[in-house]
Amino acid sequence: MATRELAGLFERMTGDEKHEWAAASTVDVLWVLYDRVLDVRPATVDDPDRDRFLLSKGHGPMAFYAVLAAKGFLDPDLLGTWTEFGSPLGQHPDRVLVPGAEIGSGSLGHGLGLGVGTALGLRAQRRQSRVVVLLGDGELDEGSNHESIALAARLGLDRLTAVVVDNGSASLGWPGGIAGRFAVEGWHTATVDGRDHDALYRAFTAEHPGRPSAVVAVIDPGEWG
Amino acid sequence: MTSQDTDRLMREVFVDTVSAALDRDPRIAVVTADISAAAFAAARARHPDRVINVGIREQAMIGVAGGLALTGMRPVVHSYTPFLVERPFEQLKLDLGHQDVGAVLASIGGSYDDPVWGRTHQGPGDVALLDTLPGWTVHVPGHPDEVEPLLRAALAGDDRVYLRLSSRRNREAHPTGGFTLVRPGRGGVVLAVGPTLDAVLEAVAGLDVTVLYASTVRPFDRAGLRAAVAAAGPEVVLVEPYLAGTSAHEVAEALADVPHRLRALGVRRDVEVRAYGTAADHDAVHGLDAAGIAAAVRALTG
Repeated sequence: MATRELAGLFERMTGDEKHEWAAASTVDVLWVLYDRVLDVRPATVDDPDRDRFLLSKGHGPMAFYAVLAAKGFLDPDLLGTWTEFGSPLGQHPDRVLVPGAEIGSGSLGHGLGLGVGTALGLRAQRRQSRVVVLLGDGELDEGSNHESIALAARLGLDRLTAVVVDNGSASLGWPGGIAGRFAVEGWHTATVDGRDHDALYRAFTAEHPGRPSAVVAVIDPGEWG
Repeated sequence: MTSQDTDRLMREVFVDTVSAALDRDPRIAVVTADISAAAFAAARARHPDRVINVGIREQAMIGVAGGLALTGMRPVVHSYTPFLVERPFEQLKLDLGHQDVGAVLASIGGSYDDPVWGRTHQGPGDVALLDTLPGWTVHVPGHPDEVEPLLRAALAGDDRVYLRLSSRRNREAHPTGGFTLVRPGRGGVVLAVGPTLDAVLEAVAGLDVTVLYASTVRPFDRAGLRAAVAAAGPEVVLVEPYLAGTSAHEVAEALADVPHRLRALGVRRDVEVRAYGTAADHDAVHGLDAAGIAAAVRALTG
């Protein structure tokens, strides 16, 4: 796959060496989703039947921007304007400014509620689109997530997937693991290596009739040095 | 305007109007957090995918509304004032405003419709809080008959609308829209918002002042206020059923080039009233009863 190309796009924002690219915890999840799972293209960003990807963990969006650029949603030349006044690209993405971004995020704990509502709206319209929300393990500290975790399962939102990128950043941890928080509410769960593209793909495409799916993508915190 | 539904509560008009809209308009969806969920049971039976009760989860309630709106739906969200505006305030800011989507928010309970429930169920800061966010229309009906036209217009749009329902009410309904001239005078202007009108009219009986009535405060009818001041003089008494001075900055903008004096009445900012009793008891504490309003009007215009 085009990791080399992505790394080049990433560097246009960070101006940094490749280790920062490699350390981005979300990059493999994002790439597998946009390359192999989600049915959305630049030509379908306004199609009501498109799949939706909601970046709830809006902090550190460089990998997201790089993937959007690699897939043609964003003009790669915009990456060099990152965080400048007048640039559509900030340290947190704004859906009004970024082509292909479904939500604006930055404050933690908002994406899953929006994802539940999006899934409900699509269901009411009899659309089969998928809704995938990316969260961080630290973000799960926010209580709003737990309202939505319970709600999504009670409402049987089987077109909804929550992917939690777990790089061990929650200050007080999640003893017993993250998947259990979803499983106890009735979600289908899978915990996989967050760098293993085939494992991620299998987790994202597993059947989960009648209930939402949670994919915990584990990133070794040791990678962060 | 005549009164057609004298005995109906604003909440009943709200439920009936939204239920009828659900039958007609596939964009409409209702999101509740247990409060009033039972009132929408019949509508939920007809539209199970569009009448959603999330349980006692107010952050999710607003997040869900934002998500529904992102798919092109028109969400209607409803709860008691503090649980609709204060508890999920960041969701209002981010899941609606920042996402550039709209919703119709309808609160019940007003500032202190039923004070026996105490401070936790009082929401006098709601309009002031929404005033910190761009793009909100705020309706404060003073009579059940004013609810349906305000609500029907809101349901047909895609913007952010707050509808402040209350069990407090005036005897008669008035036209909705800009400020309504209820009675002309020459010694200043009293602007009565929503359910405060009857107390205002009682307070100014015998005083030569203009009375304006507002069931919509955002947008604020600056031209209407300027016209009234031009005719009646630049003493303005603002009477709002929520936090005192909430619309004072709007009066200042409306009269930016007119030397004027303003007295803003409303729920007091300086104390938390730790008392139960009736809404009338609390009106007296806040100077929102006829005696309190009369004293303020006389002090400013006399």
